[in-house]
Amino acid sequence: MKVRVIMAMIRKEFAQFFRDPANIRMLIVMPVVQLLLLPLAADYEVKSVRVCIVDSDHSPLSHELTAKIAANPHMHVGCKAESFEQALEGMERDEIDIALLIPAHFERDLVRNQNPVLSASVHAVNGQRASVGSQYLLQILADFNNKVRMNWLQLPKFNPVPLVDITHTYLYNPRMDYPSYMVPGILVILLTMVGFSLASMNLVREKEIGTIEQINVSPVRKSEFILGKLIPFWILGLVVLTLGLGIAAVFYGIYPRGSVGTIYAFASLYLLAILGLALLLSAFAQTQQQVMLVSYFVMMIFILLSGLYTSVESMPPWAQMTTHLNPVAHFIVVIRMVVLKGSTLSDILPHVGAMAAMAGILLPLAIWSYRKHF
Amino acid sequence: MKGNPVIRANDLTRRFGNFVAVDRISFEVHPGELFGFLGANGAGKTTAMRMLSGLIRPTSGTAIVLGYDVYRQSEAIKRSIGYMSQRFSLYEDLTIMENIRFYGGIYGLNAHLLSQRADEMLTQLDLKHQRDQLVRSLPTGWRQKLAFAVAILHRPRLVFLDEPTGGVDPIVRREFWEWILDYVAQGNTVFATTHYMDEAEYCSRLSVMVNGRIAAIGSPLELRGHFGVHDMEELFLNLAASTGT
Amino acid sequence: MPTKLARVAFGAFIQKEWKHIFRDRKTILILFGMPLVQILIFGFALSNEVKHARIAVFDQSNDSFSRELVKRLDASRHFDVVSRLDHPTAVQDAFKAGNIRLVVVIPAGFENALRAFHQAPLQLLADGSDPNLGTTVVHYASAIVGASQEELLEHHSLPYGFETELRMMFNPQLEAAYNFVPGVMAMILLLICAMMTSVAIVREKEHGNMEVLLVSPVKPLWIILAKTIPYLVLSTANICSILLLSYFVLDVPVKGSVPLLIGGSLIFTVTALSLGMFVSSIAHTQTVAMFGTLVGLFLPSLMFSDFMFPVDNMPEPLRILSYALPSRWYFYIVKSVMIKGLGLEGIWKELLILSGMTLVLLFVSIRKFDNRLAL
Repeated sequence: MKVRVIMAMIRKEFAQFFRDPANIRMLIVMPVVQLLLLPLAADYEVKSVRVCIVDSDHSPLSHELTAKIAANPHMHVGCKAESFEQALEGMERDEIDIALLIPAHFERDLVRNQNPVLSASVHAVNGQRASVGSQYLLQILADFNNKVRMNWLQLPKFNPVPLVDITHTYLYNPRMDYPSYMVPGILVILLTMVGFSLASMNLVREKEIGTIEQINVSPVRKSEFILGKLIPFWILGLVVLTLGLGIAAVFYGIYPRGSVGTIYAFASLYLLAILGLALLLSAFAQTQQQVMLVSYFVMMIFILLSGLYTSVESMPPWAQMTTHLNPVAHFIVVIRMVVLKGSTLSDILPHVGAMAAMAGILLPLAIWSYRKHF
Repeated sequence: MKGNPVIRANDLTRRFGNFVAVDRISFEVHPGELFGFLGANGAGKTTAMRMLSGLIRPTSGTAIVLGYDVYRQSEAIKRSIGYMSQRFSLYEDLTIMENIRFYGGIYGLNAHLLSQRADEMLTQLDLKHQRDQLVRSLPTGWRQKLAFAVAILHRPRLVFLDEPTGGVDPIVRREFWEWILDYVAQGNTVFATTHYMDEAEYCSRLSVMVNGRIAAIGSPLELRGHFGVHDMEELFLNLAASTGT
Repeated sequence: MPTKLARVAFGAFIQKEWKHIFRDRKTILILFGMPLVQILIFGFALSNEVKHARIAVFDQSNDSFSRELVKRLDASRHFDVVSRLDHPTAVQDAFKAGNIRLVVVIPAGFENALRAFHQAPLQLLADGSDPNLGTTVVHYASAIVGASQEELLEHHSLPYGFETELRMMFNPQLEAAYNFVPGVMAMILLLICAMMTSVAIVREKEHGNMEVLLVSPVKPLWIILAKTIPYLVLSTANICSILLLSYFVLDVPVKGSVPLLIGGSLIFTVTALSLGMFVSSIAHTQTVAMFGTLVGLFLPSLMFSDFMFPVDNMPEPLRILSYALPSRWYFYIVKSVMIKGLGLEGIWKELLILSGMTLVLLFVSIRKFDNRLAL
């Protein structure tokens, strides 16, 4: 392998890349905008449940219950439905999450100890939101029932039933702020998209234009060629990473607790693996459209199964197994560990091993499948 | 002139599926020759040339180029030849100088040699002031000249030119061929394909290809005498008519 | 009215595009196969419900009640108790290794306190680095502890109680696929149509074929249309195959009318195609077109279409931004017709919005092509 040959290729790639201002815009502006916008959205905590209370009782107790629900910060009571049917129509329009019916004679039945029944209909297309929202409501209703009971029974201050007093603490991210969790993950996604799509399209573009033939007829070795194609995007990837870490620090105040060096070291390995895969795919494509389709689908699978949007724990076992083969999943775990928990190189060693294995397989494979003659 | 042939092909054949692009061609090219492959589009010229330069593998037959076997030593062949493809081979979004540096680099020229040869070349092409201009902005004729100059940047003993004058106006074409003759005069060998019949006259020897076969081979003078025709155009039409039926 | 010549030429253009796509077996395989694979993978794999999260227990009491509690946590499908800690310092280490989501800390004398004072503390330490997962895990654990205490401790039924009857509307089993299938449908259609057309058009520009096409008797509008029609046909086939798969394999019902669903999908397909045309009127190289659709469309659509993250949680400017995304409206349409079974009266507004967006995009991109021609 000759350094001079590889250098000539790298210089050429950079010259081409920076010739087109659109490329530079793409590389700088897009990630910046994405990093500023996306983390703000990535929050699926159920913060506000829109409840519509249809009160058929109109008693002091039902008013009290309505007020109690409205006072809860998670609940948003604000509908004007006259009937339960009307409330359900609102639910069809996605305006209401829960419709709660307080039946007629609710207070009377409760006083008579006749176990009145409230009915709640929950908008459940999104199952997770439905179960969390209904739990909130049930908790409020149980509290309300206890309070009513205590007042009426004139019980001592003592708890009427044994109660486990659960307190919870969130470690590493005590304020549960979403950016510090999402920003590192989105940074990984951007790095992947930039590296993967640019590298895979670049090689196929030379096939389409025909310049690849001129290279194929030269004494350039396969390994020199693949490295010459890989290194420029490897560098660009690290530039995007730097840019992203800068944004994380300046705009979100996120400073890695662990060492930045660890992040760069892992990112370098990571880029080798995914660029190797990108170049491997482009060996089999004839047109940019083809390679783009394939790399889009590969990326979509990698990204959606990476644990960024839905956690790995919520996947079925077979899908959890695939994350071991998913470079994006490894990097997301690693960057979160280093940024949020301050994990060190020894903590992430298994991931480093997995990534090195992927790079060690994909790169030689990319070199091997690149064909200089047919 | 004598010595070992630069190219020696024997029954060289290439099929694409059922289609036989090149059908058992045999010929020799000697050092210092400007050898022409004349034929219509699709006659198999480019396929033959790509086999000889190591870009595609022959289906059967043998070929030795510069003493190397095309099956086993294609990379060694690539080190010693220059190649200018029919499709435009320079990067349009790079400047003249960037193209030269790139191709010089992948042939392993060091910085000193590279800048020396680039200077020589740009002077000869009269492009010294345009060195930082994008290739895209050059007229076609200049681009083709530049492509040839780049193909011989590493001073190969053997150069393959695939339709080097496609889309170029007659005056530039003449200049171009004079330049090629110049390179041959320095003791190098050039193997060129063309479908311009008049260009065949520049060649020291040529073979006429029809439907993947060599229909005739010899110097332009020999061929004219042997077939009793006045120019190559006539010869070619005769040959195409006789093999076509 | 186009002349006869123009009509013939238009037909020829469509044929040319059709051949471009179909001669290429690989592309066809990808175009048909990949969406199916994806809908299957995501239909089965994507979910917000946490299963088998790895948790640790630090039980300082080790009495019958605490042991039962741990047993129940482990038995739940949400959790696997993978380690029992015996020292407070072990808590930090368990988290740092990265695979423990929650540590349940049970204080000494737990059961005694409960029986004697009717009250005992229990601490849940959750890994907050993933806030979504963190809250969900705490939520599940609290529910399990709550249910256990009622069952395990003699729970005399008290007077003056009321009950609440819960009904899960549209999705009684709380299947995640009900939510993700419409979302993934939007993603797939958006990207196949928008990305493929933008790249196909830019490719002609890049290769300099556009000039040749533009001097033909066919107007630019028709040329562009000819490029999009094959993708429209392809997408229709994809819509049908995705629906069949969702119904028969993923058991996602189609409660509303199938023609309405397909009609809505077609409108969205046209919107996506015109988005592709718009991108191609701006981009000069295929790389830029692809990157533009990927980063400019794919990521925002994933984030702001309401199917991953609730739009209601977002800051006002982002919520407004989400209204500009066609996939958001399409997600609503699919969800309404497929899962809720609404008819046209429930989605006409959204259909109008999509159509309006399409017209604007078409208008702008055709203006751009015409202007370029005049230059």
